[in-house]
Amino acid sequence: MTVTTTEPAPVAPIPASSSTRLVDRVFKMRELAIFVLLLAMLALTQLGNSAFLSEQGIKDLLLNATILVLVATGQALVVITRNVDLSVGSTLGISAFAAGTYLQGGGHPVVAVVLAVLLGVGFGLLNGLLVSLGQVPALVVTLGTLYIIRGIDSIWVGSRQITAADLPDGFVDFGSGGISAVPWLALIALAVLVSTAYYLKHFGSGRELYALGSNPEAARLAGVPVRRRILLAYTFCGALAGLAGALYLARFGNVDSGTGSGYELTVVSAVVVGGVVFTGGSGTVYGAALGALLLTSVNSVLPALGVSSVWVLAINGILLILAIAVDRVVALRVASALKKRNARHG
Amino acid sequence: MTHRSAKDPAPVLALRGISKSFGAVRALRDVSLDLFPGEVHALAGENGAGKSTLIKTLAGVHRPDGGQVLLDGEPVTFHGPADARDAGIAVIYQEPTLFPDLSIAENIFMGRQPRRALGRIDHRATRTATAALMHRLGVELDPDRPARGLSIADQQIVEIAKALSFDARVLIMDEPTAALTGSEVARLFGVVRALREQGAAVLFISHRLEEIFRICERVTTLRDGALIASEPLAGMTEEDLVRRMVGRDLDELYPKQHVEAGEVALSVRRLTREGVFTDVSFEVRCGEIVGMAGLVGAGRTEVARAVFGVDRWDAGEVEVAGRALVNGAPSTAMAAGLALVPEDRRAQGLVMGMSIERNIGLTGLRTTRRAGLMDRGAERSRSLDWAVRLQVKYARIADAVSTLSGGNQQKVVLAKWLATGPAVLIVDEPTRGIDVGTKAEVHRLLSALAADGVAVLMISSDLPEILGMADRVLVMHEGRLTAEIPRSDATEETVMAAATGRAAA
Ligand SMILES: Nc1ncnc2c1ncn2[C@@H]1O[C@H](COP(=O)(O)OP(=O)(O)OP(=O)(O)O)[C@@H](O)[C@H]1O
Ligand SMILES: [Mg+2]
Repeated sequence: MTVTTTEPAPVAPIPASSSTRLVDRVFKMRELAIFVLLLAMLALTQLGNSAFLSEQGIKDLLLNATILVLVATGQALVVITRNVDLSVGSTLGISAFAAGTYLQGGGHPVVAVVLAVLLGVGFGLLNGLLVSLGQVPALVVTLGTLYIIRGIDSIWVGSRQITAADLPDGFVDFGSGGISAVPWLALIALAVLVSTAYYLKHFGSGRELYALGSNPEAARLAGVPVRRRILLAYTFCGALAGLAGALYLARFGNVDSGTGSGYELTVVSAVVVGGVVFTGGSGTVYGAALGALLLTSVNSVLPALGVSSVWVLAINGILLILAIAVDRVVALRVASALKKRNARHG
Repeated sequence: MTHRSAKDPAPVLALRGISKSFGAVRALRDVSLDLFPGEVHALAGENGAGKSTLIKTLAGVHRPDGGQVLLDGEPVTFHGPADARDAGIAVIYQEPTLFPDLSIAENIFMGRQPRRALGRIDHRATRTATAALMHRLGVELDPDRPARGLSIADQQIVEIAKALSFDARVLIMDEPTAALTGSEVARLFGVVRALREQGAAVLFISHRLEEIFRICERVTTLRDGALIASEPLAGMTEEDLVRRMVGRDLDELYPKQHVEAGEVALSVRRLTREGVFTDVSFEVRCGEIVGMAGLVGAGRTEVARAVFGVDRWDAGEVEVAGRALVNGAPSTAMAAGLALVPEDRRAQGLVMGMSIERNIGLTGLRTTRRAGLMDRGAERSRSLDWAVRLQVKYARIADAVSTLSGGNQQKVVLAKWLATGPAVLIVDEPTRGIDVGTKAEVHRLLSALAADGVAVLMISSDLPEILGMADRVLVMHEGRLTAEIPRSDATEETVMAAATGRAAA
């Protein structure tokens, strides 16, 4: 007794709706706006300093962005479910050191990367379990794990340090190598980004992450396995933080107990600037990646223009507030546009 | 039509001796219920009788404290809504449960989207199926539109589409018609009848008794969480049903007093909000109850919101007692003695986590203040007074509003605005979701307010209510005022003709 058997439902013409297109356009516009801003900033910098966009310059830019893009992608998933993971910086630091220690002992680079990812998965699972089982807000839980993981890291690492000299040459070369201006690491980040975006759009569990963030109670009633999905988001986020740790090691070759401190704030800024709404349910990982790219570019642009880097933080802050203000204005506009349309059909 | 003939099939879904408590509140005590294939079963009872709780037990949202749920005669335990759904039970909850950020199509198919190879979602099929459902329900809603900003009625339509979108053996509907007008209800009933012919079991809740008699074959009545009766509707009258629900005979449902209309209290001239409503002019006098009828989406709520200042208007003017109101300023409207009981009470009228007392008290912050500080004692006595007058059913007045049944939440919003003692009262769907007993009480209150000289503008989709209570009926159609009908000429036919645009304005 399928519903559609009574009237062999003639497919109703889908009304071409300006509201839908409007909403679509607004969200695409958000990503486009960041992209244009980014290009404009790079072009201006190039005008002021013609060495900026040399092959090495572009490569450095991409290398710097890679790690932030990876972690921001994971964070975006968590933020979409109306949660947050503040422990990513600590996870990145400890997995970088673990991978380094393993390589120091003569381990294989691939195994080292897997090790870092697994460590990240472990911490992600821990966060996910605490958030989904406890009735404590994610902000508080992951603030706790931020300190716990950092604490374990400090006790374990002490004043030790890993330097590029301790690592196999192949690993370090991989960290700085690539196809002309495009580093290997950036390709890895790109692959992760594209597959995550595809997953979020085309798989049921991906859409359920959005549902969960949009209205948790409705998600429960729709039969979404809420705990499992939260666990999934955190595990994925942890895994990417772990992977980022391994890539950090390959890129900088230099890890100590302070690696990744304070990184979580940059990550969260990147995600929000990229249009992933902090109250959950909307935004894309592409947006988050663009946000990451924008923030890292600010970091490179200012020195290239001879501006003191003390301005970087202030500019990050301004971008963040700007992003939130834009979100708010756009949301109001869209809401009133949708309202007007509502009233028209009888 | 004889649907459940003498052969008496076994129930698809049954409850046996179900009990459920929330703290000290015993929402259900030892309730049993049988749902048969090919039968539409009504669940009746006052606000807070336990209807929604019973439904949530059937749907796997609540675990009963005692008793059994039987599916095809076998005891089952639903660990969550997904279990019930997998067993073929579709549920429309009393409060819409939509994802504002997702499209209508995604809202409908969340968790069970059509798939392509490799388990990927077939977006195109999802959209097509949604368009087909909308067509079946006779509404034009774009499947790709996000659910954010949908009107209450459209949200309800999406909920209905959601429940119809899969092979349900059991369809459970908790007040699906509360926000709908005649034509949409007729459409829904057509679909329900078709499902019934196909052998589905349907459980239907409504406070509009005529709907129960129109579509149902059997009725189960609850009172204070206990089962009163489960019987065929054939041969019963509305009075019988009301007596089962409230335990006594009811006074008149429309106790309209005749009041000589006084001065013009509210005057709206050529009010226009682009794309929403156009050139709306009317007056409401002191002591008058003016009804405003029309189909869902005709623009009635929008006019009310603009008059009160929640939305801005593009042209025209509004006067209260001869003084012009400022465009888009609710606080000046309130100061002029205007009160608006909004349609979407959950979203616009209540602070869900706050107590009943504080919610009613919110509008009185000005009057119950002493030396700039809140006078909690005065607030409490004022809130208690109104809670009692409207028969709000609660355990303690300090309980959060979110623990109340749907209808009782509605009453709290009514109380909140009636407590302001307005000179002009605009009520948008005053009795939506409210049981018959209290409905009569609300009508008596409105009538008494009018007798005291208050000007009342009553927007309602409940036609008998409009005909029973209004001195004059304004009818809107597609954003325009199409008719103004005096009480003596107002009939179902004249009002509906104007509402559907068939009348010469
Ligand atoms: N989550 C909850 N916490 C505490 N009490 C609750 C909760 N849910 C329901 N109740 C109480 O259980 C009783 C039954 O509520 P229920 O929602 O089932 O009523 P109802 O028959 O659906 O009423 P209505 O017609 O107003 O929708 C009410 O007294 C209500 O206050
Ligand atoms: Mg209810």
